[in-house]
Amino acid sequence: MLEIKNLHAAVDGTEILKGLSLEINAGETHAIMGPNGSGKSTLSYVLAGRDGYKVTKGEILYKGQNLLDLSPEERAGNGVFLAFQYPVEIPGVANTIFLKEALNAVRRHRGEEELDAMAVLKVVREKTKELGISEDMLKRAVNVGFSGGEKKRNEVLQMAVLNPSLAILDETDSGLDIDALKIVADGVNALRAPDRATLVITHYQRLLDHIVPDKVHVLAKGRIQRSGGKALALELEKNGYAEFAEAAA
Amino acid sequence: MAATPETAQQVQEYADDGYKYGFVTDIETESAPKGLNEDIIRFISAKKKEPEWMLESRLKAYRHWLTMPEPEWQKPDFPAINYQDSYYYSAPKSMADKPKSLDEVDPELLATYEKLGIPLQEQERLAGVAVDAVFDSVSVATTFKAKLEEVGVIFCPISEAIERCPDLVQKYLGSVVPYTDNKHACLNAAVFTDGSFVFIPKGVRCPMELSTYFRINAENTGQFERTLIIADEGSYVSYLEGCTAPMRDEHQLHAAVVELITLDDAEIKYSTVQNWYPGDEEGRGGIYNFVTKRGACRGRNSKISWTQVETGSAITWKYPSCILQGENSVGEFYSIAITNNRQQADTGTKMIHLGKNTSSRIISKGISAGRSDQTYRGLVRMGPKANGARNYTQCDSLLIGDTCGAHTVPYIESKNKGAVVEHEATTSKISEDQLFYLRQRGIDEEAAVALVVNGFCRDVLQQLPMEFAVEAQKLVGISLEGSVG
Repeated sequence: MLEIKNLHAAVDGTEILKGLSLEINAGETHAIMGPNGSGKSTLSYVLAGRDGYKVTKGEILYKGQNLLDLSPEERAGNGVFLAFQYPVEIPGVANTIFLKEALNAVRRHRGEEELDAMAVLKVVREKTKELGISEDMLKRAVNVGFSGGEKKRNEVLQMAVLNPSLAILDETDSGLDIDALKIVADGVNALRAPDRATLVITHYQRLLDHIVPDKVHVLAKGRIQRSGGKALALELEKNGYAEFAEAAA
Repeated sequence: MAATPETAQQVQEYADDGYKYGFVTDIETESAPKGLNEDIIRFISAKKKEPEWMLESRLKAYRHWLTMPEPEWQKPDFPAINYQDSYYYSAPKSMADKPKSLDEVDPELLATYEKLGIPLQEQERLAGVAVDAVFDSVSVATTFKAKLEEVGVIFCPISEAIERCPDLVQKYLGSVVPYTDNKHACLNAAVFTDGSFVFIPKGVRCPMELSTYFRINAENTGQFERTLIIADEGSYVSYLEGCTAPMRDEHQLHAAVVELITLDDAEIKYSTVQNWYPGDEEGRGGIYNFVTKRGACRGRNSKISWTQVETGSAITWKYPSCILQGENSVGEFYSIAITNNRQQADTGTKMIHLGKNTSSRIISKGISAGRSDQTYRGLVRMGPKANGARNYTQCDSLLIGDTCGAHTVPYIESKNKGAVVEHEATTSKISEDQLFYLRQRGIDEEAAVALVVNGFCRDVLQQLPMEFAVEAQKLVGISLEGSVG
């Protein structure tokens, strides 16, 4: 599904990623853990195609295609979804309108017929029900006045509606209490499927108690320092990241 | 409900059209000779078969106009207007003998309105909307006249009203905007050609929306329309005006005057979707839109509400205002102004509180893009007798890119200690975060901008009659084309 080879990326002329390699197959869930400033968010923005995140070396293949050739909206259309660490507020735009615009944009890209307002509402209502999200959230302006937990749930709802092939969750656990964390994790787990790959980016182990990964990678100093199974996360929880910070220095 | 949905999709559909109203109708016209003098005014008055008092009133205005200075306090900058370089009267030849019904109207004219999306033919008319179609200097057709007359509503071209109900016209014309008001209004009083007249009798709720569609077609021709709406005690009317013009390289002058009068317990809701040709990317051509709009809430508990969506014109100079005389009367001003490329807009409102417990509400949303420049200019005046008067003003500016300008100039004058005036203003930019977020969800950049802007304008879009809310949303997207990337 996703193959990252020797990726180097810079922001404002400073190299943040320094030779990162990673491979994720369909049906798998991988976790990337690492200390602050290790390049976790940079990786998610590079995958999504944000302006200002410059790839200086290496390549990213997604479904066998060069991902770096595509604009952010084309990547989204091809099934790349990023759940934001800090979801953005769009005042005056109701969630349903936003979901309709997004879903139809993605459908157009896939060569599928657009859905009218009623049909979209039906899809969205179904998903809110499955995810245990209150319908009240649909009428409100996108993320405006949402609590931290509501914002993250809204990200999961968008993911469910857009049905991506590659879901990247950037620090989805940040700012959540344990109950909100569980609801979000349940939502993500419900979306796990054989034809979907998930990349969970997190600082803390606790999210991985709820979203159990197939593989854990430690990112420090712009590279994957170590890979392993779920046990690696627990070890990190115990020992911290100090070892990797030194190893990479 | 005024819809905010479907915007991006519609923007998509219209994206390639640019200014799609820019076509010219090829039609034989009859014009007054170029330039402006007393003979031209006599020519116009004779063409309209006006009574002597009307001609006298025009000449008086003209003589005063000659002595008036050009207004200079506005922000937009433009070369002095050569008034002798324009035509002040132009009408399709086929309109010389007034057609008695739509069947007699030149098919070319009907086709023009159809192309503009305003079908005049009976079977295709917008249900529930009566239309007065003004083409250059004449009214081409007014639909649903007979049906409205059944309930006593008079809706006709103002030239016809001068003939049919001279008493009402003489009593009210110029009573809200006197010819001495400002140079542009004075010019209008001298040379106005057509526009709509509306009278809603006591206790009547007008059974349908009334609308006037203004179209400038002829070259080098100014349009000077005059609209007068009178809502008698306890009556209600919702009125909408729309405007378009062909793409031409020279500037054309549009100096209109609109007067509204509400008596006790009456309400007028006046909505404008202004989409005059804005000029090209370099600022060549486009309409100079110098308009004086004012309403007088003369009666107790009366209400006047202005809603405007201003996307067109090279220069907009316009301050729809309310004079709140009657006790408990209410004035509202909801505005969206969008400028792109080289457009300049200086727009806002005046709320003049004279009566007790009068209240006003101003919501202004300005969006500037390209190299355009925009000013909100608003006056709130609390008179000495306006005990218990209240005003709330909210004025938001949104900037797209870093070569445009937005200015807010509020004037507050209070001669009454008990009056309450609130003013809130914000200026923001469409953030890169918002655009990236929307693009990550598959929405392309132009559609993303349209979505954010429509959200920004939502409070005002909601005030529009539903039939026009969708059109206004499309316009928002089209007007901002090419403003990103």
